[in-house]
Amino acid sequence: MTTATIPSGKKAAGLAGNISGKIIGRAARDALAKLNPRKLLGNPVIFATEIVAILATVSFGLAIAQHGAWGFALQIALWLWTTVLFANFAESIAEGRGKAAADSLRAARVTTKAKLIIDPEKGTWLPTPAHQLGVGEIVLVEAGDVVPADGEIIEGLAMINEAAVTGESAPVIRESGGDRSAVTGGTTVVSDWIKVRITSEPGHTFLDRMIAMVEGADRRKTPNEVALAVLLAGLTLIFLIAVVTLLGLGAYSGVKLDPMVLGALFICLIPTTIGGLLSAVGIAGMDRLLKVNVLATSGRAVEAAGDVDTLLLDKTGTITFGNRMATELIPVPGVRPDMLMRAALLASLGDQTPEGRSIVELIREQGLTLQAPAGATVIAFSATTRQSGIDAGKDVWRKGAVDAVLKDVGLDASRAPAEFNTAVDRIARSGGTPLAVAENGVLFGVIHLKDVVKPNVKERFADLRRMGLRTVMITGDNPVTAAAIASEAGVDDFLAEATPEDKLRLMREEQGKGRLVAMCGDGANDAPALAQADVGVAMQTGAQAAREAGNMVDLDSDPTKLIEIVEVGKQMLITRGALTTFSIANDVAKYFAIIPALFVVALPALGALNVMGLHSPQSAILSAVIFNALIIVALIPLALRGVKYRAIGAAKLLSRNLLIYGLGGVVAPFIGIKIIDLIVSGVGLA
Amino acid sequence: MNLPGWAEIALTLAITVAVAWPLGLYLARVWNGESTWLDAVLKPVERLVYAGCGVKPDKGQTWLSYALSFLAFSAASFVVLYLILRFQDLLPLNPQGFAGMTPHLAFNTAVSFVTNTNWQSYVPETTVSTFSQMAGLTSHNFLSAAAGIALAAVMARAFAANRANTLGDFWVDLTRISLYILLPISLVLALAFVGLGMPQTLLGHVDATTVEGGKQAIALFPVASQEAIKQLGTNGGGIFNANSAHPFENPNAITNLIEIVIMNALSLACVVAFGRTVLARREARAIVAVMVILVAAGASVIYAAESQVAPALYAAHTTPGANMEGKEVRFGAPSTAVWAATTTGASDGGVNGMHDSFMPLGGGMAMFLIQLGEIIPGGVGSGLYGMLVMALIAVFVAGLMVGRTPEYLGKKVESREIKLAMLSVLILPLAILGFTSVAAVLPVALKGLANPGAHGLSEILYAYSSATGNNGSAFAGLTANTPWWNTTLGIAMLLGRFAYAIPVLAIAGSLAAKPKLAATTGTFPTDGPLFIGLLIGVILIMGGLQFFPALALGPIVEHFQALQMVPKF
Repeated sequence: MTTATIPSGKKAAGLAGNISGKIIGRAARDALAKLNPRKLLGNPVIFATEIVAILATVSFGLAIAQHGAWGFALQIALWLWTTVLFANFAESIAEGRGKAAADSLRAARVTTKAKLIIDPEKGTWLPTPAHQLGVGEIVLVEAGDVVPADGEIIEGLAMINEAAVTGESAPVIRESGGDRSAVTGGTTVVSDWIKVRITSEPGHTFLDRMIAMVEGADRRKTPNEVALAVLLAGLTLIFLIAVVTLLGLGAYSGVKLDPMVLGALFICLIPTTIGGLLSAVGIAGMDRLLKVNVLATSGRAVEAAGDVDTLLLDKTGTITFGNRMATELIPVPGVRPDMLMRAALLASLGDQTPEGRSIVELIREQGLTLQAPAGATVIAFSATTRQSGIDAGKDVWRKGAVDAVLKDVGLDASRAPAEFNTAVDRIARSGGTPLAVAENGVLFGVIHLKDVVKPNVKERFADLRRMGLRTVMITGDNPVTAAAIASEAGVDDFLAEATPEDKLRLMREEQGKGRLVAMCGDGANDAPALAQADVGVAMQTGAQAAREAGNMVDLDSDPTKLIEIVEVGKQMLITRGALTTFSIANDVAKYFAIIPALFVVALPALGALNVMGLHSPQSAILSAVIFNALIIVALIPLALRGVKYRAIGAAKLLSRNLLIYGLGGVVAPFIGIKIIDLIVSGVGLA
Repeated sequence: MNLPGWAEIALTLAITVAVAWPLGLYLARVWNGESTWLDAVLKPVERLVYAGCGVKPDKGQTWLSYALSFLAFSAASFVVLYLILRFQDLLPLNPQGFAGMTPHLAFNTAVSFVTNTNWQSYVPETTVSTFSQMAGLTSHNFLSAAAGIALAAVMARAFAANRANTLGDFWVDLTRISLYILLPISLVLALAFVGLGMPQTLLGHVDATTVEGGKQAIALFPVASQEAIKQLGTNGGGIFNANSAHPFENPNAITNLIEIVIMNALSLACVVAFGRTVLARREARAIVAVMVILVAAGASVIYAAESQVAPALYAAHTTPGANMEGKEVRFGAPSTAVWAATTTGASDGGVNGMHDSFMPLGGGMAMFLIQLGEIIPGGVGSGLYGMLVMALIAVFVAGLMVGRTPEYLGKKVESREIKLAMLSVLILPLAILGFTSVAAVLPVALKGLANPGAHGLSEILYAYSSATGNNGSAFAGLTANTPWWNTTLGIAMLLGRFAYAIPVLAIAGSLAAKPKLAATTGTFPTDGPLFIGLLIGVILIMGGLQFFPALALGPIVEHFQALQMVPKF
């Protein structure tokens, strides 16, 4: 399995930008458009708020018509409308970033004519609009051309700039055959030419799907969002009962209740905060993924990411760099270390494989650089000799498989120096590869080649463990090598000598135990497992089949992204829970503001419940309504940014968040309403 | 308030938990069809019942057929009980020669006993014949309690299951719970009560000559047997109007203690049995803790309220003292407080004091404990499933904050469960506040009130809370034996029992079908102090938010008005 990482030092800027003035302006316009009650039907809490706002407006109209006092009614009505607008605004602003990203993607859509090959024999082509290309047709794409649609390279090799899709400007190589044959419509061929068989229907290309995804065109509520909406609707109904029945209770107690004030009480009690921010949280979750250059095909996938129990990680590219690298040189007795260094270096000078280069690199770090002697011939590695090196005149330097080199120098393992044998054994046992080095037929020593674990991987796995995730390393290595790397990287388990079928079987096993599994992959043979995974992240550079099968696509093609994806999923769920808890906890203070205000005229004794010492019944009600509206705006940044996820274990995380959003949710409105009351009464609004 | 008072409350609750624990372990064996040490005697009886009724004990039921069995059984029970009460004058064992009940009273009473409420709109010793009492009311004290415990068993099986369709058999559960739990324990208790001085006789009354030389007929019944199941099955329906404040129902301090303990023991035992069945003992312990903490808090508030100097006495310039009105002087404030909290928290409804005569906050607290949903620890079985509904909601609201979609005891909580849980929870405000609001403005209803003003509203609110919560205790003062009250209270009882329990059974069906997930360190912890605190918070906030406005107009305003009577109090 290959994982082509984009050769770039800096992090790609990502598709999702920051919130600009333009986005805010558009969001404000959208917020007004969303006042259409039919658009609010999906959100019972905000829908109810709008109904009460309409009733309050009517009541304000009646007050004017009857020459009554209308100032208070006007203010309540205005603030109720503001509440609805703020909720709409929150959603619009979350959508705004996706829309902006979609706009830039749209610009990448092909407008030039594609070169449709009409005669494969002669290679003649006809200029054809991209949207008329059908599946299976073959196009020629030359340097400077834009790839007209998704397809498979059937002939040729080219450098392709994929910036339009990934935001990464360094070009990548694509060629026919293997897992790097897929090309994406909208990317540009920078050099050479390729023939591409179109694999996507017009309008259903990867780019089109991306636009739909970031725009949230087919945004459906995720299962958890649906459940939460049910809870909020239920609470709304409960508070409707509590408020409506006050009519009878009030009448018995001789309290004259203003229906508009009851409406205001109702709005303050129903969970408008989370109701208003719920969809923004979901959209922002997808957006945060977009910021790390991951596209999710659905919110459901993001939600599932938070729930993942087991990560199946390919060793190569995720846990290790994928290339064996030289880490130490062990001379045989009688050979000085610098002699071995020189021999190893000379034997590797002609070797352009990553292993050979890593030997040169290691020795250069230790302070030795050499040029190959003039007239030297490079002896390349071959499967029969299993060694490589250079010949310069009479001098011969070789490095290669231990038994091959030993045979060459006329030794067998039993007659080789004991120190040499010990070193070879140790290297093999630790999962590394020993390379013997010889100069002019004399054994000099051994090079330790090792599959190097990426830095910080161990810490990240420890974090994952604290998050409650199990990591399983999948590798084609033998069990000894796999075990060594697994323990070095700190994964919980590993699957050695794994075939794609083994991977699928392991995943089914895990899922059978009630665990959610995430994995990433790029090969066509990963497709079944990607489709089976609860979270399947396909690499953008990967095969078309893989990209179709996964429910997320990583544009950077970086397999370690899985960890970030899980964090984003968790963050989204935490934000939702935190806002719900906060919203419900807020009600306690609102009761203490409104209940005494409602009844105190008829039942002065209830003034004792006015623990906040609010100025007057009217100012108390108005302050609660204003707080209720403002808290939505105040929490928009939190909804968009998300509550920070900390890998500190569920119990600690819960106590922390309960303290902040639960207890904080009880206390904050007492302070907020009091301050607003001071302002409202100070300015003389009520 | 004094130390012995607090110690008495603490000790009573401690004994209750100590009794509930082994009882729960035994109950789990009965639920799960395991062998018990009573098998030698009862197994043949059990087999006989199955053979006689055509029950195939190994054939499980889906949640729906379980629910239909439960409904069918309750409906049939209602019809039979209604007919017994209507026509008790034509039936044997009527030494006092009582007439048949009126249709609305028979409806109310039949509903009341079938729903494990035991609301009594009548004065029992002058209304109910011995036959009605024994064959009608007492038998339903067993059966309605067994049905409640059966539903709790279903919840336990649902949480224990891994992708299962069936949840046990209603008829088997009903039989086993009655045979192995309720009957033997009641038998032992009844004998103990007789030993402690309770009457157990079929004689209608004894004639006594009073100190002044007058003749008095003192009503007698088989009291001890009724008293045992009245408390054990959280029924609460007394044989005497004064209930456990009557010396025949509660002769001394020891019977008083036993009655309090057994009132909560079986409800708590259901939680212990739940923990056993689901293999979630730590989680069950947390639920027990939540229940005990809330009952203790309720008892403390009532005790504090009732041992305070009463403002009215202060204002009247009498010797300032605590309010002893409505309390059984033999037991005093602490016993009355702990009884009041347990009886209202437990959906029992038996009383040893008159809640109507409590201080406003004491009576308000008793009312609030009912309005929390009868889950602390609630009625036998129904307390557990009610608490589990609250736990599902608590886990759902706060569980997201650990970054996973919520799960409780290895079961994902999704929209279907939340929909059903909200449907159940909605019944309480709908029936309690809905009926109260209508009755508060309806002249025909208001005629039944003994007091005007805030106290009158409390009487209405308490009545509907008690009926909907299937508690059955009354805020005395309300004359409820009228067509309006009997009918509406009957409907409230039906809603509180069935409109609550059917969605709960549907939740059980939905949970059972789900895979049982393994817990990880990322799983929301539902066993520690944190969860206990969270669940208490959710229960109080949910209950408080629903009923605070109504309580403000009832006991709360009455409290402040009382304080205002004494300007410098």
